[in-house]
Amino acid sequence: MIDLFLLLLLALTALAAVHVRDLLASGIMLSAYSLLMALVWVNLNAVDVAFTEASVGAGITTVLLIAALSRTRRREEAPRGYGRLLAALIVVLTGAVLVYGTVDMPAYGDPHAPAYTHVVPRYIEKSDEETGVINMVTALLASYRGYDTLGETTVIFTAGASLVLLLRRKKKEDDE
Amino acid sequence: MEFILAKYNYWIYIAIMMIGFYAMIASNNLIKKIIGMNIFQTAVFLFYISIGKVDGGTAPIIWDKAVRYDNPLPHVLILTAIVVSVSTTAVAFAIIAGIYKKFGTIEEDKIIELKKKDAEEAAEKS
Amino acid sequence: MVAENIIRRVVTRIMVPFIQLYALYVIVHGDSGPGGGFQGGVILGASIILYTIIFGRRAARKRLPVLAGDIFSSVGVLIYAGVGIACLFFGGNYLQYNVLPFHSPHLAGHMGIFFIEIGVGVTVAAVMASIYFEMSNVDRGKQEADED
Repeated sequence: MIDLFLLLLLALTALAAVHVRDLLASGIMLSAYSLLMALVWVNLNAVDVAFTEASVGAGITTVLLIAALSRTRRREEAPRGYGRLLAALIVVLTGAVLVYGTVDMPAYGDPHAPAYTHVVPRYIEKSDEETGVINMVTALLASYRGYDTLGETTVIFTAGASLVLLLRRKKKEDDE
Repeated sequence: MEFILAKYNYWIYIAIMMIGFYAMIASNNLIKKIIGMNIFQTAVFLFYISIGKVDGGTAPIIWDKAVRYDNPLPHVLILTAIVVSVSTTAVAFAIIAGIYKKFGTIEEDKIIELKKKDAEEAAEKS
Repeated sequence: MVAENIIRRVVTRIMVPFIQLYALYVIVHGDSGPGGGFQGGVILGASIILYTIIFGRRAARKRLPVLAGDIFSSVGVLIYAGVGIACLFFGGNYLQYNVLPFHSPHLAGHMGIFFIEIGVGVTVAAVMASIYFEMSNVDRGKQEADED
């Protein structure tokens, strides 16, 4: 029951974040949405992901949004034109196609699903002997799939470098 | 009824994804589009991680009282995806700050009109 | 103006060392519980952002100069890739930790993961702080831009 309650609260918070026109309020709703998402992930036993989402989503993204709002306007203008009807139609169609796609999926929590029986049994059984690390997610990240984590670190570094290139201004010298 | 019980949470995840998708394509304000992108991305991560849950499984940390563990592989992929999501959001906000400095507005239709006017004036001068 | 701000300043000054210690704990204990390099790095970056919000950009820039922020964000990636190349020197494949020269291949695996987490944590913390500094650098007319 608790996951149904959390999921409905999550959908309501997302709806509120999209509907409100004061962007600061929208950012705070987004932060509450991230926190609820972290709770849903703890409920699904994904503790590492919940830790990351709580610190990154509810922390960094909110602060960045408020800093971006300080450089631009705080209020969104009233919606204009008829583009929203077409957008609503496209969204409903896409949702219907996705729901049609879930008909074929294995049931929620099935232990014979293909996602659980292909390569994961080897990781679950052998990760303690081969790496000695008891957190399987860290063993996968740092040892079995360490190359992907190198790519992820490079992505963060590139984001920091691009921000410096886009926004940093040099002090104006007097004799230039 | 069993069909709905087996699949209802996938449908709620799809509903949240569509809320974010609607914000991305229907709003004129650029920052609202980025908020919609964030909602869409986190809903996709939720969908992905729910694939990894098994009945009676515990968190993927080795524990002597555990019978069955959850699937750790989606957790790994989604950790990297969350990192990429925050990097994309940061660079997007920086570009929006630059656009505001140049055009004075962040509403998409007004920016398109201003660009058309600039292009016409540049064509007249040359 | 200082009297208004005094509660925030005192509380932040007490909290920031504990936040940083917790971030170091999360980075180092990534292999025996939830956590790891990325999560600890974000918490460390968040402590720097908290200090900047309460005490102002100038005071924060005195403690973390621009050059230090840039160097730290590159050094983390360098540590990560450097561990991989060190594994190449000792005869294994790229990022194959058990050939590193520690007491046993088992310990070498642990130390390899340890250095990698430190590298990721340092880069992430420096980049989060640097992103916030750049985004909040608003030019309000007479107020100077970032002074190094």
